Amino acid sequence: MFIAATIAILVTMALTLARALLGPTLFDRLLAVNSFGTKTVLLISVYGFMTDRPDFLDIALVYSLINFLGTIAVLKFFEFDDPGSETYQEDDF
Amino acid sequence: METLVANVLLTFLVFIAIGIIVLRDLLGAVILLGVYSLIAAGAFVVMDAVDVAFTEAAVGSGISTILFLGCLSFTQHKQKPRGHDSLAALIFVVITGGLLIYGTLDMPHYGRADSAAQTHPELAVRFLEQSASEVGPPNIVTSVLASYRGYDTLGETLVVFAAGIAVLSLLGLKRTRREDEAPEHAPGDTPSADVDERR
Repeated sequence: MFIAATIAILVTMALTLARALLGPTLFDRLLAVNSFGTKTVLLISVYGFMTDRPDFLDIALVYSLINFLGTIAVLKFFEFDDPGSETYQEDDF
Repeated sequence: METLVANVLLTFLVFIAIGIIVLRDLLGAVILLGVYSLIAAGAFVVMDAVDVAFTEAAVGSGISTILFLGCLSFTQHKQKPRGHDSLAALIFVVITGGLLIYGTLDMPHYGRADSAAQTHPELAVRFLEQSASEVGPPNIVTSVLASYRGYDTLGETLVVFAAGIAVLSLLGLKRTRREDEAPEHAPGDTPSADVDERR
C-alpha cells in the first residue's frame, strides 16, 4: 500500500519536474516547483509511515513551511522587482 | 525500497543540475536551485540524516533563495550569452571533480556493516554515557561537535571565516579606498597605516 503510494508520488514528482525544466514561462516553472515541494512533503510523510517512523510527519511539516516561504519570496519578487529592462515582460511571460 | 527512493531522488538532482546550467533565465535558475536543495534534503531524510536535512532545507531552500533574489534585484534577469567556451576551465573542473570522487572511494559504502561506526560500537556507547561528565553539555551532538571532533569543527570554522573575508574584500575594499581619496591624503601615503586606522 505505502509502496504503491511512494512509487505514484515519485512518478508525479518526475512529471512536475519535467514541467519545471521545460516550462516555457516563469509561472509554469514556479507552479511546478511549488507542487514539487508539496510532493516532497508527501513523499517524506509516506516514506515515514512505510518505514514505521511516523515522526517523519513533523519533518514534513517543517518542509512545507520552508517551501511556502520560498514561493512567497519569489512571488514578492515578481510583484515588487524593478525589471531592469523594458522588454522584460514581453520576453519572459 | 529505500535505495529505490534515494536513487530516484538523486537522478532528479542530476536533471535539475543540467537544467540550471542550460537555463539562461537567472530567475528560473534560482527557482530551480530551491528545488535542488529541497530534493537534496529529501534524500538526506531518506538516508536517515535528519539533522543535515534540516540544515539543507533551511539554508539551501529558504535563505539562499531569498539572498539570490536580493542579488537579482540589482542585476538583469538574463545571463549574457558567452562567445567562447573555456576549455581550460572545463578540464580543471573535471579534474577537480574526479579527485573528489576518487577521495570518496576510500570511505565505507552507504549502509555497510563493516564501517568504522559499526565495527566500533563502544565509541557510541562512550559518547552516550560519558559525554555529560567528560564534556558537560546535555546535548550529546553538541559535545561531539565541539569537543570530540573539535579540530574538525575548527577547520570548518576556518573555511567559513576565509570565505567571509573573501566576500568582504570583494564587496567592501573598493568603497573604503574611494573614501580614502580625500584631498588631505597624498597618493603616496603608506597604505598599511590607513588600514590600521580604519579598523
